[in-house]
Amino acid sequence: MTPVKISIAASVASLLLLLIVFELIRGRRLKERYALLWIVTGLVLLVLSAWRGGLNTIAGWMGVSTYPPAILFAVATLFVIIVLLYYSTVLSRLADQNTVLAQRVALLEQRLTEVDDGVGERALLGEAGAELRGEPG
Amino acid sequence: MRPGRVIAIVPAHNEEGAIGGVVDEIRALDPSFDVVVIDDGSSDGTASLASAHGAAVVILPFNLGIGGAVQTGFKYALERGYEVAVRLDGDGQHDPAELATLLAPILSGEADIVTGSRFALDDGAYRPPLGRRIGITWFARLVSLLTHQRVTDTTSGFQALNRRGIALFADDYPNDYPEVEATVLVFKHRLRLVEVPVRMREREHGESSITFVRSVYYMLKVTLALFVAMARRYAVPEEEAAHR
Repeated sequence: MTPVKISIAASVASLLLLLIVFELIRGRRLKERYALLWIVTGLVLLVLSAWRGGLNTIAGWMGVSTYPPAILFAVATLFVIIVLLYYSTVLSRLADQNTVLAQRVALLEQRLTEVDDGVGERALLGEAGAELRGEPG
Repeated sequence: MRPGRVIAIVPAHNEEGAIGGVVDEIRALDPSFDVVVIDDGSSDGTASLASAHGAAVVILPFNLGIGGAVQTGFKYALERGYEVAVRLDGDGQHDPAELATLLAPILSGEADIVTGSRFALDDGAYRPPLGRRIGITWFARLVSLLTHQRVTDTTSGFQALNRRGIALFADDYPNDYPEVEATVLVFKHRLRLVEVPVRMREREHGESSITFVRSVYYMLKVTLALFVAMARRYAVPEEEAAHR
């Protein structure tokens, strides 16, 4: 059986995680789409921590008879791996987008330089033209 | 195919010692060639020197690595409607005198992408250090196997491309040692790749900084990337062509 103390401690920890995630969302420091996985993680851990019978049953399925809270660690680790993997995909996408943006900026900047030079040349030619056309004496 | 407008793409990272000469040589060879230098986050005078020598200069806001820099050049070529592009490295190891050889299969319409190979002749004129030679042989064998085509120099960045090649690379180009992976990309998109033998020069400035340990690391990394490239999902080429 899961010791009550561990159950309470794990529930408090899960609640704390959920609370922090909600606070971060409220403060707009965490976007909902990235917070979703954390909320699911917190909720699953909270349920497994508080519902001792459930944890024991799952431990039974897994053949863990001596120490059911081990399942808590296992589930927590699994979710952390999922979150990390998801963040790796986010990071990869951001890196790709960053490259595209840098290239875009560089190409636009080059075009801008060209346009500026063109304007400068036209202005110069225009002045010269006006001088040439200018009324004599 | 009649020769259209040609652009020479020159990626450069801190090459102020060589870049001016490279630009001059290309322009001296054929004044009708436009030259664009991609300055990959240099901290020296590469950009202003290239500009002073008459090249268009695209300055990346930070260092993207060789793949990202070269791809910027292909995007430039695509945007500006160039029919043919050649790519030479900014360190001067690619001799512009070989450009005619490189361009021939493009102009005759028998290839979409032409790579200048240091080993196609096998006359022993080019002898890289051992670590690198192992890597080069390994990738040549592996890529030849994967693409069912004899490729002798997979790391050569000395290339000529027609419009289809430019469009492919502008859209999708790998980053680390991009030439190896790009060969697989070309095969997957069913573009025609031809190798021509060229001579390359020794680096004009500085030694290549690749040590033995790093070569092994890169070999592993690029080998992995190759298999990923083979396994990746690609858009059907015909569909892509229709979009363009």
